[in-house]
Amino acid sequence: MMDFTLWDIVRNLLLAARWTVVLAVATFVSGTVLGLLVLMMRVSHRRWPRRIAWAFIELFQGTPLLMQLFLAFFGLSLAGIDVPAWLAAGAALSLWSAAFLAEIWRGCVESINRGQWEASASLAMGYLQQMRYIVLPQALRIAVAPTVGFAVQIVKSTALTSIIGFTELSKASTIITNATFNPFTVYGMAALIYFILCWPLSHASLRLERKLNAPHRH
Amino acid sequence: MAYRFDFASIADYTPVLAKGLGVTVELIAFGAVAGVAIGIAAAWARTEGPRWLRPCITTYVELIRNTPFLIQLFFIFFGLPALGVQLGEMQAACLAMAVNLGAYSAEIIRAGIAATPRGQYEAGASLAMTRLEVFRHIVLKPALARIWPALSSQIVIVMLGSAVCSQIAAEDLSFAANFIQSRNFRAFEVYIVTTVIYLLLAIVLRQLLRLLGQHLFRRAPR
Repeated sequence: MMDFTLWDIVRNLLLAARWTVVLAVATFVSGTVLGLLVLMMRVSHRRWPRRIAWAFIELFQGTPLLMQLFLAFFGLSLAGIDVPAWLAAGAALSLWSAAFLAEIWRGCVESINRGQWEASASLAMGYLQQMRYIVLPQALRIAVAPTVGFAVQIVKSTALTSIIGFTELSKASTIITNATFNPFTVYGMAALIYFILCWPLSHASLRLERKLNAPHRH
Repeated sequence: MAYRFDFASIADYTPVLAKGLGVTVELIAFGAVAGVAIGIAAAWARTEGPRWLRPCITTYVELIRNTPFLIQLFFIFFGLPALGVQLGEMQAACLAMAVNLGAYSAEIIRAGIAATPRGQYEAGASLAMTRLEVFRHIVLKPALARIWPALSSQIVIVMLGSAVCSQIAAEDLSFAANFIQSRNFRAFEVYIVTTVIYLLLAIVLRQLLRLLGQHLFRRAPR
């Protein structure tokens, strides 16, 4: 039987942590693209896109991510696609993060003074132009800090994908625990690695908030 | 071959779902009360408590906020027995939820306390109240009233997160779903039904918390 030293545990956890990072980055990118789409619909002047976006956000914010993962995992395979765990994980996480990001950004867009919309409308700008040149650049400044903050949630949420069988940091922890019978060290180390991934982001979010929101401080 | 949905096969398992729902409600009821209590204590310790206690609280809050709930749960359930702390799955789940919500609510409540006008402290002191009395009677309630919406959404988030507790075999709603689909192989239908139950639970919980907020903070100044 093979003996696991502490270094063996850490090394294997770090190898698995690469997949946590890859999944988190992929989720953040696709969630951002989708989230922008949902945002556009959510703040649209037309009623139906607004309602659809609202329902989408309510659905994904009001149900457990774990259930969304299961539904993606079993649902996609019903559609005749043979789903590997990473695909189901990526799909569910992207939709979930799109809903949260859209809602975060909606707050930022709505905090932009109505006069900005009116001024740009009086310059004969269309909806997309108003968004592109006037509103989004200003909203972006306010949005940076909470968006970075949400990136922490994404990293933490990737842990759930271990349950549908994607081998990332949490799954690796369970596998290593089963081999070493030392859950205290293994889960402790896994927690530490998550902390090392997340804490700089949390800290950056806090600092960005202080820096970029200077005019709003009391 | 097109897939045929079969929701009828779940009807037989209604008692299983009901039991799971009961356990989820139990978890969130305990988790919310204990979590907010920890949050208030931690927020007090961080703003008013002895100086040596503050870094400890900060460490607790940062550690919990920057690690996944699943790992916290596994650490408590599988890891703590190494220190001689044996917990059943329900105890571990309750503890994990309370500790998790405690850290988030500590941060939220602290923000509410930080917004207390200086004059309130001075007014309390001029009535010969001790610092603890000022905190208890003057600072806390308006602080909670200020951050109640944020605290409510955090409680809902923790409730949804409790689905993970099925992974340590706490027999909650998602455990019931796993159990049913292992029996009738109707995974997609079972998870749709369970997801809808969670959605309804979230809506009901949000309304209950809103009503509770209205009831608790009716006359509290904002």
